[in-house]
Amino acid sequence: MITIDTISKKYGKAEVLSVASIEIPTGQSFGLVGNNGAGKTTLFNVILDLIRPTTGSVTSNNIVVSESESWKNFTGSFIDESFLIGYLTAEEYFQFVGDLRGMNVAEVNAFIGGFEDFFNDEVIGKKKYLRDLSKGNQKKAGIVAALMGNPEVVILDEPFANLDPTTQIRLKQVIKKLTDTSTITVLISSHDLTHVTEVCERIVVLDKGLVVKDLSTSAETLKELELYFSV
Amino acid sequence: MSNQTNHNYMISHFLKLEWKQFFRSSHWQKGIALKIIMGFFMVYFMVVFLAIGVGGYYILKKLYPALNPLQLINSYLLYVVLGELVARYLMQTLPVMNIKPLLMLPIERSTLVHYVLGKSAISFFNIISLFFYIPFAVVLIIEGYDTVGALGWLLAIVLMTQSVNFLNFLINKNTTALGSIVFLLLATIGLQKFGVFDISVFGGQIFDAVYANPVYALIGFLIVGVLYNLNYKQLKSLVYLDEAVSQKVEEATSVDLSFANRLGDVAPFIKNDIRLIWRNKRTKTVFLMSFLFLLYGLIFFTQEAYKEMPALLMFASLFITGGFTLNYGQFIPAWDSAHYKMLMSQSFKYRKFLESKWILMVVMTSILYLLSFPYLYFGSKIFLMITAGAIFNIGFNSLFLLYAGSFNRKKIDLGKSGFGNTQGTSATQFLIIIPLMLLPMLLFWVFNTFVGYNMGFIVVASVGIISFLLRKSAMNFIEKKYIKDKYAMINAFGKEA
Repeated sequence: MITIDTISKKYGKAEVLSVASIEIPTGQSFGLVGNNGAGKTTLFNVILDLIRPTTGSVTSNNIVVSESESWKNFTGSFIDESFLIGYLTAEEYFQFVGDLRGMNVAEVNAFIGGFEDFFNDEVIGKKKYLRDLSKGNQKKAGIVAALMGNPEVVILDEPFANLDPTTQIRLKQVIKKLTDTSTITVLISSHDLTHVTEVCERIVVLDKGLVVKDLSTSAETLKELELYFSV
Repeated sequence: MSNQTNHNYMISHFLKLEWKQFFRSSHWQKGIALKIIMGFFMVYFMVVFLAIGVGGYYILKKLYPALNPLQLINSYLLYVVLGELVARYLMQTLPVMNIKPLLMLPIERSTLVHYVLGKSAISFFNIISLFFYIPFAVVLIIEGYDTVGALGWLLAIVLMTQSVNFLNFLINKNTTALGSIVFLLLATIGLQKFGVFDISVFGGQIFDAVYANPVYALIGFLIVGVLYNLNYKQLKSLVYLDEAVSQKVEEATSVDLSFANRLGDVAPFIKNDIRLIWRNKRTKTVFLMSFLFLLYGLIFFTQEAYKEMPALLMFASLFITGGFTLNYGQFIPAWDSAHYKMLMSQSFKYRKFLESKWILMVVMTSILYLLSFPYLYFGSKIFLMITAGAIFNIGFNSLFLLYAGSFNRKKIDLGKSGFGNTQGTSATQFLIIIPLMLLPMLLFWVFNTFVGYNMGFIVVASVGIISFLLRKSAMNFIEKKYIKDKYAMINAFGKEA
């Protein structure tokens, strides 16, 4: 589904990302871990054509992302709060994204209704602008918006950070439900090794822009990762 | 360390923090051109106040030779107090949020409160009026007034300003208090006007007495002291995250904007833009100011001196209908800088985003044009000029501003206030003035002077109409430019403003 081909990104002389090749097949749940500055967010931004790589290209569903924009039709993403429009209420934001994804009011409402548990009464009907919600509730809104319009690729940067324990568990269920279909490709980055090994079937470890591990998740993966990071 | 030295030690720390806050603010990180222009304006206002301070005495003497300028000023000081309270109520708040990062450090609450209150004593509001009062007092002394009396008077004025400063924080954000002050102000003006009760005599007597008996100025210390203490007591009990040091959360008000759905593909963006404008301070200011710009013509059309300067009249005409287009348009797409990444990861035609901005500018210019009909009072020629200006604004300026916007590389933080906010300003904003304003002025002037009066309107309007007719190809060109600059904009908007 997604092919990352010799992607590198340099700022001046500093190389922040250098990935030879990663092939992510359709339906895979792909986890990206690494310490701060490892290049996780940069890689996601390159996949979303928000940053131009110095070399290489990313192909999503046979579309080179920097050449055509049609990949946007089947890609949902949430990177950080800058993906929210602060002066809208959560409802208005969902409606806006829904409009862009060709959903009508009823469809948007039906879709949002399916996340009642996930929102836990803290996002919808609060008479608050997104900028005034807590970090965790902002994240909930951003994640749900990324899932709108039946995307085939979902990219979430640090989705578990700032979420309360209950929502973390619910988010894991949401992600598992997505990947159970084997048609939706999910890319997730996380600092929490437990969460990422639980929901991802494949885990890539980045360190200073380089791929240092590419694991197929098994019972030993968590131990292996913990060992790697306990330097 | 004794308590006293500890206290002084903290204060010097705070002063260092203030220093860094000032020089590291985005204010100073701007381009050199902007610094010079802002510096120029600051100096300009200081000079104006100084000039009024120095010249005020002589002007009053000339206008009212029979009256004593000092007594004249004194009689209006109570009005100044009331007026200042209203102005401060609207614009000045205690900068309590600044101490949030200090709350968890080992500093006593009382020190923090003294710091916040003490800092407010040297705020802009308290300093600016001194640029008038100090030179005025100096002139008094030069003109043979009693030196001690004049200095006592000046001291009383300073203490009065400080009292107003602290009084404002006590009544702050209390609408009833504001209502009472406005009522009091209007009532006293009314009573004086109808000769029932003249408060200016009463107010005048107070400050005349201070001049005659400078010792009375010391009463001011008492007033400031009491008000300061009240503030201190009130604030000290409120330095908690859920009290004074809390972020105000505004209740969301959703208005049904489904009428915009008729616009089809651009509707989501139009709705967004309407909400953007209404829900953020700075954009709201731009929107409301555009109606004030409507009145701009009154300055020019009522003065005989401008009658012979058609280029300047053209300038005014452009502003009458162009207030919104110019002020909103020049910062496209920086208004959306906070969520620009998100927009760029969504699937939509960039064209729709740009068209929504264009429609907004065109609709607003048209509304302002309809509202400008009363200018017919100044004759058909003036009105023709406004019409030509409106056509130019709609046809040329809105397209040109969209194009110029692709050069914007400064983020705008929508949360910041509107007045005097130059965030997002760069050299672009100064360069675009040339085609926006100077071009139509020049065209008008050339054709008006060398060809004939009506040719001026016709040419300016024609440029507008031609641009309007070419908008399809212009939009294609603009869209390409935005797509080409996408990465540079995402990168620039991602940086702190």
